Amino acid sequence: MASYLLQRLAGTVPVLLLISLLVFLLIHAAPGDPTLLLLGEETNAAEVAKAKERWGLDRPLYVQYLKFIASAVAGEFGKSFKYAEPVANVIKSRLPATIELAMFSMVIAIVLAIPLGVWAGSKPNSWLDNVGTTFGLFGISMPSFWLGIMLILLLAGILNLLPTSGRSTYGIAGAEITGFYLLDSLIQRNWKAVWDAITHIFMPALALGVNMLGILMRVTRSAVLEVMNEEYVVTARAKGLAEKNIVWHHVTSNALIPVITVVGLELGTLLSGSIIVETVFAWPGSGSLLITALNARDYPLVTGIVMTYTAAFVIINLIIDGLYAVIDPRIRY
Amino acid sequence: MQSLTLESATEKNSSLAARWLPRLHAKAFTGGLIVFAFIAIGILGPTLAPEDPNKQELTAMTKSPQGIGSPHVLGTDNLGRDVLSRVIYGARVSLLVAFAVVFVSGFVGISLGAISGYLGGKTDFMIQKLVEVVWAFPPLLLGITIMAFLGQGLFNLILALVVQRWIPYCRVVRAQALTLRTREFVVASQCLGAGNVQIILRHILPNVIQTSLVIGTFAMASAIIAEASLSFLGVGVPPEIPTWGTMLADARIYISTAWWLPLFPGLCIFVTVLGINLLGDALRDILDPRLKRTGAGT
Repeated sequence: MASYLLQRLAGTVPVLLLISLLVFLLIHAAPGDPTLLLLGEETNAAEVAKAKERWGLDRPLYVQYLKFIASAVAGEFGKSFKYAEPVANVIKSRLPATIELAMFSMVIAIVLAIPLGVWAGSKPNSWLDNVGTTFGLFGISMPSFWLGIMLILLLAGILNLLPTSGRSTYGIAGAEITGFYLLDSLIQRNWKAVWDAITHIFMPALALGVNMLGILMRVTRSAVLEVMNEEYVVTARAKGLAEKNIVWHHVTSNALIPVITVVGLELGTLLSGSIIVETVFAWPGSGSLLITALNARDYPLVTGIVMTYTAAFVIINLIIDGLYAVIDPRIRY
Repeated sequence: MQSLTLESATEKNSSLAARWLPRLHAKAFTGGLIVFAFIAIGILGPTLAPEDPNKQELTAMTKSPQGIGSPHVLGTDNLGRDVLSRVIYGARVSLLVAFAVVFVSGFVGISLGAISGYLGGKTDFMIQKLVEVVWAFPPLLLGITIMAFLGQGLFNLILALVVQRWIPYCRVVRAQALTLRTREFVVASQCLGAGNVQIILRHILPNVIQTSLVIGTFAMASAIIAEASLSFLGVGVPPEIPTWGTMLADARIYISTAWWLPLFPGLCIFVTVLGINLLGDALRDILDPRLKRTGAGT
């Protein structure tokens, strides 16, 4: 299994290289000159030339690409035009917010979807199944950004229960340790800050997680339905076990394998979904950073974020593949 | 074993009509009705819309919905444009883009999948490498990047949405073509001297159409959401074209003062996608229940 995973890991290198080439070419095919955008229209030719030299934009394309690859391998993506800081640092400062949001969304989705899916699947065509199925269908059809706007309208605007945007109220958060506000305030036992972080993260996390919730619920339901017909379930029933035990022990543990695949796949979708949800809630993560960077044509920063997201996506898929063998002993690589 | 599957396949096809009718249940009916209604609204748009969607009425800015019979049934936006007319015209753009995306990506995906699976060898390897690279991008991210750098416009938008959406077709069709190419009727045609193109068109394609139809339905739902997402981020269609996504983007700053501005376009996206998904579920149950296990459309 270790050799299989190593082989897969080695296989991702050419894929990542091709992706970087694709992104690099795409960015340079773009109309619009970054120097003009950053310096403004009122600059003279000498200043533009100086800026181009400073950012390496006067070199031939392949030299720029090779330099980009060299720095990417070193874990850097050059210097951001806009923030005048190494791209890696800019991304690193924003990444915890996105990861925290994605994790919280995932927890909401899993906690709601799996029990709902199991209940619906174990009693097909009951009222519970109908409610669950409708819920799942609504979940997959919901545009996350619209749900976000509607939540703001209802919970923040009309009911005035939750803050509309940001990660925390100014002055409440304690010192930064990990960059994850919830974790930081828990470590410092600052309960006021914990509550503050939860009230801020709840709406964006719900909006971001709604599609995953729908998908997970549907997959859990159909997996449970399928397992319910297996012989070992019939055996368990014949032994006289309580239906509750059968559903939660025999059925659920076996139905979870496809569910875990979907969790893994959807984690990548959560990352890209965060781009749009972060924009709605002014969440200071790497997703909203991407939009800022795109508008400023900050080439190194855009490339850095796109590559970070893609690498994360590839690695998550790899981990999920490895997890199969852990969960299901029948799978051997 | 092969002849067995062949038999069951023909049996499945002959009883298709018999299985259709009782299964034409509430799901398919509701979904079909919603989709049909929106297509009708899209086609009849100019006749249905009470106003020009871009006409600015400066004396009637940010008017709340005033009910049926009034000049602005769903109210007006911050520039005095009629929300109902804009929503109706939005349906046109959304559905047009979605149909174009499904058609183009279906064409590309089915062709490449059939070629890849039927020919095998180097061609298969190259196509699958391409699939691997394009699929390695998180969804939407590649679309956003393409739109941001190639600029707004309908053509670029369709390109940006097609770029990853052909892959599900390609994968499923390839898998089917791989098994089809060893079947008797294909081998028999080869012996009779039929060319590759002829075999793919005559024998492979008709056998993958049903599955592709189901994939296409779900691709359409995701294309509508993706188009709205890109337009919402300001990298979709040009701002002068009213779409549900741009309407939502414009509405963002008026959330606290004008609830109807974000409500109606979003509701349209949600209901359309819901209808398409309902239809997709029903189609999948009828045409190809096996797809359920691959997670297509979930």
